[in-house]
Amino acid sequence: MATIAEIVEALEESGDVVATSTFRGDTRVVVLPERLAPVARRLQVEFGFDMLIDVTCVDYLQYPGARDRFGLVYSLFSTESNQRLWLRVFLNEPDLEVDSLVPLWESANWMEREVYDLFGIRFRRHPDLRRILLPEAFTSHPLRKDYPLQGRGERHHLPVIERGES
Amino acid sequence: MIQPQPWIEGRLPADSVITTTVEQAINWARQSSIWPMTFGLACCAIEMMSAGASRYDMDRFGAGAFRATPRQADLMIVAGTVTYKMASRVRRLYHMMPDPKFVIAMGACTVGGGPYFKWGYHVVKGVDLVVPVDVYVPGCPPRPEALLEGLMRIQDKIKAHRIGKTGDAAWFKPGEKVEDRLPLPHHTGHVAAPGPQQARTDHQKIKG
Repeated sequence: MATIAEIVEALEESGDVVATSTFRGDTRVVVLPERLAPVARRLQVEFGFDMLIDVTCVDYLQYPGARDRFGLVYSLFSTESNQRLWLRVFLNEPDLEVDSLVPLWESANWMEREVYDLFGIRFRRHPDLRRILLPEAFTSHPLRKDYPLQGRGERHHLPVIERGES
Repeated sequence: MIQPQPWIEGRLPADSVITTTVEQAINWARQSSIWPMTFGLACCAIEMMSAGASRYDMDRFGAGAFRATPRQADLMIVAGTVTYKMASRVRRLYHMMPDPKFVIAMGACTVGGGPYFKWGYHVVKGVDLVVPVDVYVPGCPPRPEALLEGLMRIQDKIKAHRIGKTGDAAWFKPGEKVEDRLPLPHHTGHVAAPGPQQARTDHQKIKG
């Protein structure tokens, strides 16, 4: 059973890793967007990370010291060795596309839909990339930092629900 | 020692027969077994669970059997924020319930959008835009007592229901239904205000 340090070392040897950091025992590995799927597959097959806990995203617009706009967070867990690892992928406009991890972990399906819904990041080869929380008629992605606090008035264009119709 | 206080035991001869009206019997049966649907959408659901648990005990009113399917439910307690995405599902579940069915709008969000009324981009401004609401229970969230009060109002509404027909058409032939009575509170915690209310702070005044 490889320790986290050995796993990170093995990833660094293959040249997939941009940066790593550790904070209070949690290890973060930054990879390039085009290398995400191979690295994730290797972590799953070779190092036994059989569970994808979470997929989420951070918008670093006007964040002090940030160089990239969006930062995806993949939280991985191994039920065999009880180890955790965080994968980070940074994306910039206009190229907001990254490979879907649904072929590796089924749990990525709805979480990637949520990231798509609220941040507008598209996942290549996702089987069903639709909005999950907001209505289909919605046009923007409200968790982006440049989304106005008072909304863009989308609700005025949503279909009005009346009591009579069903 | 607590004396037993029989309300009917020991008051009638052993072979007694009681007659009542069909309307009273049916309304009594309906109002005493309002089965709500398990329909918690947000934080109001916590208060709804509390109202169903032992301290407040909705089962006293025959409404403690929360059903996990609309097909067995009589009452939909919409407890929580209804989003636009959820609105079509709410209506679908309402249509799946058998008649007679009732809806309680519980909490500020379902009554009229609540804190999301003005700028919320995702919240339906009141669940009465989606399904017909019988009783509104305001509060954020309402106390369990308030929900029980709403439940009693539903019982009043059932009690005021008339099932007879007008005219003297032949027995068991369908005719025109008698109009329902106006619901009267059968027991109430309502205290009438002593006079016209003055707005105490500025935000209570309606402007524009």
